[in-house]
Amino acid sequence: MHDLRPVAAVPRWVLGFLGVALAAQIAAQALRDSGSSAEAQLPPAPSARALRLASFAEPEAAARLAMVYIQSIPQPDYRELIGWLRAALELDPRGQYPLFLAARVYAESGDAARNRIALEFVYREFLRDPNRRWPWLAHAALLAKHRLKDLPLARRYAQALEQRVTARDIPLWARQMEIFILEDMDELEAAKIMIGSLLQGGAIQDPAELRFLKQRLEELEARSR
Amino acid sequence: MPTAILARSILLEARRGGLPWLAAAAVALGLVLAAFVSQVALAESHALQAALLAAVLRACAVFLVAAQVTASTLREIQDKGLELMLSLPLSRTTHYLGRLAGFVACGVALAALFALPLLAWAAPAAVALWAFSLAAECALVAAAALFFAMTLRQFVPAIAAAAGLYFLARSIGAIQSIAGGPLADSSLAARLAQYSVDAVALVLPRIDAMTRTAWLLYEAPSAGTYAAALGSALLYVALLAAAGLFDFHRKSV
Repeated sequence: MHDLRPVAAVPRWVLGFLGVALAAQIAAQALRDSGSSAEAQLPPAPSARALRLASFAEPEAAARLAMVYIQSIPQPDYRELIGWLRAALELDPRGQYPLFLAARVYAESGDAARNRIALEFVYREFLRDPNRRWPWLAHAALLAKHRLKDLPLARRYAQALEQRVTARDIPLWARQMEIFILEDMDELEAAKIMIGSLLQGGAIQDPAELRFLKQRLEELEARSR
Repeated sequence: MPTAILARSILLEARRGGLPWLAAAAVALGLVLAAFVSQVALAESHALQAALLAAVLRACAVFLVAAQVTASTLREIQDKGLELMLSLPLSRTTHYLGRLAGFVACGVALAALFALPLLAWAAPAAVALWAFSLAAECALVAAAALFFAMTLRQFVPAIAAAAGLYFLARSIGAIQSIAGGPLADSSLAARLAQYSVDAVALVLPRIDAMTRTAWLLYEAPSAGTYAAALGSALLYVALLAAAGLFDFHRKSV
């Protein structure tokens, strides 16, 4: 490193070749069509076993990176999407990211049929671990009532929550979810109570999730004005 | 204490060869990646940062140890330094174990350094468990890389063999689970394949049970699980050292 000869020692054609090759590389990359993200398709969901194999024994990181990847697909096919969410949840059953995406992103799309698919995923996965996953079903019940206007579905979710959750540290409104659902409350009011109590109880601490929820509450407020 | 002197010379070589700078670059790379993903994550950004940083640092530690051991050992062989050392009144066992001790110390130092940034995301006790496990994992990789470098005597085959052993050991649990899954074929060929996978697993360490990110994100492992993971790594280090000594004593250098 310390006994380098001066640049002048390099033949001129080598310098020229280096400059041209560098310029060609930059031009080729700048002109390359990287593909519009709007056209991106979600590939078929891998099985949890395949994902585990690909993760090289880092399932927690792989499950979360898979979620960051699928959230970048603007219009995913919901059948594939549910497969991805299920695989990620199987890879890291204590992770909450797949349920967050299902309940708060994919169940709030403009399409009622797609929303129902996402809500059903939340319900089925809730049944596997009620004490850890109840907040997502509570949110699903609110969406069923206010967005889908499907009170029987909302009550089914509320009843499941009341019957299946055995943890003692859940808030009163969740313990009496069916009454909470039947109360004459608008979506904003119900969401404020739910998010407020989750914040108070320390269930939501992640800064990204806090930002997201704050934004959603502001959107609800704007809509209800 | 010839073993200690040999180990110290290995550490000195690593320091002068720029290993600390590479380690610092690995930490910087991990932190940059963690900062990037925290910007795109909608939830669990804290957990995602910790998981990604831990995974990147673990991979970097293992790669640095394997590359350092292989390059250093082969340089010693090709420069005839090994022949010179063997002309000294030192037994081959002392020579081999002294080198191994030095490389293990490199791995321990890397594990300690790589654990420090994780303190920003996880409890000190959890990080300590992760760091001890990474140190054991690095010791295992050092023993494997030394064994393959001394046996194969060529850089590419040696590093490929060490990497192959490591990645196979990290994936063997998942491979066994696929081979023995409920939908697996029950034909003779499928059963033979399953038995073969089980047989391969018998001669591999369970690296997938070590240095788990779950310890940082959720809760510490039970004492039994942790001791079993570390114990299996140390047992494998002993096995590789014994195999390396066996080969080294038979070689007419």
